[in-house]
Amino acid sequence: MSGALAAGARRLYLALFGLFLAAPLVIVIGVSLNSTRRMSFPPEQASLHWYAVFFSDPRWLSAFTTSLAIATGAALLAMAMALPLSYAVWKFHTRLSQALVGLGMLPFLLPGVVVSVVYLIFWGWTGHAGKIEDTMMSHAMFFLAVPLVTVNLGFHLIDRALVEAAQTMGARDSDVFRTVVLPLILPYIVSGLIFVFVLSLNEYLIAYMVAGLNVETLPIKVFNSLRLGFEPTMCVGAALFMLVGTAAFSLVALLGDLPKLLGAESRRD
Amino acid sequence: MSAASRLRELSILVWPAAALFGFAVVPFGLLLGVSVAHRDVEGLWSAGFELTQFAALLNPTVLDTLAYTAVLAVLVAATSTALAFPFAYFVAGMARRGQVAWLILLLSTLSLSEVLVAFSWQVMLAKRIGLSEIFVWLGWLAEPQSLSPNFGAVVACLVYLVLPITVLLIYPALSRMDRHVAEAAQTLGASPLRVFFTVILPMMRGPILSSAILATVFTIGTFVPPTVLGRPEEWTIAVLIGRAALTGGNLPLAAAMSILLLAATLALTGLTVVVGRGQEPRR
Repeated sequence: MSGALAAGARRLYLALFGLFLAAPLVIVIGVSLNSTRRMSFPPEQASLHWYAVFFSDPRWLSAFTTSLAIATGAALLAMAMALPLSYAVWKFHTRLSQALVGLGMLPFLLPGVVVSVVYLIFWGWTGHAGKIEDTMMSHAMFFLAVPLVTVNLGFHLIDRALVEAAQTMGARDSDVFRTVVLPLILPYIVSGLIFVFVLSLNEYLIAYMVAGLNVETLPIKVFNSLRLGFEPTMCVGAALFMLVGTAAFSLVALLGDLPKLLGAESRRD
Repeated sequence: MSAASRLRELSILVWPAAALFGFAVVPFGLLLGVSVAHRDVEGLWSAGFELTQFAALLNPTVLDTLAYTAVLAVLVAATSTALAFPFAYFVAGMARRGQVAWLILLLSTLSLSEVLVAFSWQVMLAKRIGLSEIFVWLGWLAEPQSLSPNFGAVVACLVYLVLPITVLLIYPALSRMDRHVAEAAQTLGASPLRVFFTVILPMMRGPILSSAILATVFTIGTFVPPTVLGRPEEWTIAVLIGRAALTGGNLPLAAAMSILLLAATLALTGLTVVVGRGQEPRR
């Protein structure tokens, strides 16, 4: 009896929790489907009208592609740092490599507003302010912790016996890396790239402070439009980002073990 | 270690070490430098050493805002941890497919831009949207009205932003927890609720505390929700920093406030390490 009661309470809690998480998403997507300019939910005469407007407006489109370009650059840059760092920790486990990894983890643990002031000052000081590559590099540094965690986990899970077997058969370090290590850690590299991509896509404050006046990403555009009042295209932008995020994480789940990637013990069931 | 292997290690580390130095160590060093630099209206700042900006931090507006931010952050962190813990516990106990589905939803909301979340809440709390009508139907409101800007809207939006983070921070510990202990307690006749409060909660004290502290740090740094959903009296220290840097053009002041915030954050993060140490399994 108490077992059934507990199960019912558990279901109810999960349902309410899911409702809370989903409510703003559902409402924004709903509003984006209105066919009039009015902000109403449920939508009146649902249509994809505002999606067509979004994709034919060069300003929204350019904000969207700028965001995609920065996110791609930031993901690649962060991985270009995380991969050698994690490899060095795994291969040599020296204090130097561990200290560098620790340093790379730090920015992510600090309040975003502090990091954005740091990079605002830094890029101004270099005399290279307001460029798209500034935003990319700042995002890569801020999110570096994420690929460090995923790639480190990938290295950690490699069976050392495989490496030793390859070495016994005469493979050099570079052969071992290419033929044994790389295929094994590839899913972790891809997840790290996807995580940074989605996080960078959505980041507002650093992007705004670093180069917000010249390099307008989608979150910056939405924030700027917020001051001017409601526009249904804002909902379209938000809805698109929700879809991109959900698709990206579904891909991560498909490619690898999502629970394990997030730190869970692997279980067989 | 052989010299050859040492050389190989250094050759691999040269690029990331240089990048970390140039784009992390130097920028943070510069923050320290600018916080004591001279404010220069034309060039924003010029090299020098003065404590003007740190003295300016003692102004009552800054101190009040800092205290208000701390209270807000603790309130948000406590609320989201309390809501997240049972949820993370249920998810960690599910079959794999269920876990993956919930994790995808959590990650999707977690990664959603502060701007988009604040905007979604603004839409949701608008007069013409169903929520205010539901409140009328429940008898909480006399007639439909806009439910923002106010303190409640800021808190709700921040809880929404922090909630997935707290779940994901508690989740690993809960999924590794030995569930046999809880089962044993239940076999011995304890009710599920009693097992939850007397067995599971005490076992998970460390992870709960550290995720609550990290949630506090995250809340302190948020800029957009108080700006979009709050009135000026709901602005946090992050908003003051942003305004000092952008609207005010006072980089030394923004730097000094950032250092104050940084010190507070590092102290809090240090606390999680201490809490974590105390939770190492003892034999």
